[in-house]
Amino acid sequence: MSTKVQCIVCEGDVILPAEVMEGELLTCPDCGTELEVVSLDPVTVAEAPEVQEDWGE
Amino acid sequence: MAHFFIFYTRLRTEEKLLFRAAEDKGIPFSAVNLSDGLWPNVPGEAGDVALCRCVSQTQNSALAVLLEARGVLTVNSSGVMGLCADKIVTAAKLSAAGIPQPEYAVAFSPEGAAEGAERLGYPLVIKPATGSWGRLLAKVNDRDALEAVAEHKAHMGAAHSVLFMQQYVEKKGFDLRATLLGGEVLTVIKRCSDHWITNTARGATPGKYPLSPEIRALLDRVQNAIGGEVLAVDLFEKPEGGWMVNEVNGQPEFRSSDGELTGVDIAGRLVEHVWSLASGTGGTKG
Repeated sequence: MSTKVQCIVCEGDVILPAEVMEGELLTCPDCGTELEVVSLDPVTVAEAPEVQEDWGE
Repeated sequence: MAHFFIFYTRLRTEEKLLFRAAEDKGIPFSAVNLSDGLWPNVPGEAGDVALCRCVSQTQNSALAVLLEARGVLTVNSSGVMGLCADKIVTAAKLSAAGIPQPEYAVAFSPEGAAEGAERLGYPLVIKPATGSWGRLLAKVNDRDALEAVAEHKAHMGAAHSVLFMQQYVEKKGFDLRATLLGGEVLTVIKRCSDHWITNTARGATPGKYPLSPEIRALLDRVQNAIGGEVLAVDLFEKPEGGWMVNEVNGQPEFRSSDGELTGVDIAGRLVEHVWSLASGTGGTKG
């Protein structure tokens, strides 16, 4: 599996954690965009959704 | 053999802690990302156990209802999720049990809100019935602010058509967060903030706090009133002394109470507890 993925906003390199999982959140070190891992094979990221009204504990 | 599922939609710190804890303890489990899921293709059969950790309360409740219909034991049960997800329902349940909480009123119109304010006095707090992380809370200091908030609420859709109004409690800069598992009090922490909202998701600082017999007795009463396998209870100190219950959470985040601060491995205890339910050796009557 690749060790990094390209930010879909700024094309910066985002390092992947060792055992990355679907649903994991990453922050692009270049532009600060919050990214969500949406698939693993291949690793694909999308902009993380905005907080919804009923989110949280 | 029963299966243990941990359903999630977003990997928060808590979900990562849960996965790691189950792996460390050798508890067999399946992590299921529900984001792209479709019922009835979601796994789970009679006798299985499921820890429902969707970040959306609505999705978590729907998942629990569906799984329960198949005979899956969910943590928490859909009933407990329903009690905790709606602050009006929680307040009513606490009232029925005679448990101290901030005085409250429920208004169904801006005119009703004005009447509620006369009853509660200023300042007061208006909260959405559902929601979390301190979002959309409004501290209302006077009649002008009340009219503005009530008018805005009237244009925010059905979820805001009922106004949950609470007496404002001066908290001396902190509140308490207790985490209960299987009816046992695992941790109590204080959450300190200069802001009137003392939620760690909003930047409040967690600190140690001792579990007194008085607090334990109050938490026992909450457990009996609400039920459930895992609860997080927020407490305010009453101005005259003693404690009151502000909120009860049924799908708690626990990163601030876990590990270093309290010495309690909440994630580990939680996965062990849920797994024990599969074998019928654990559980409360909630």
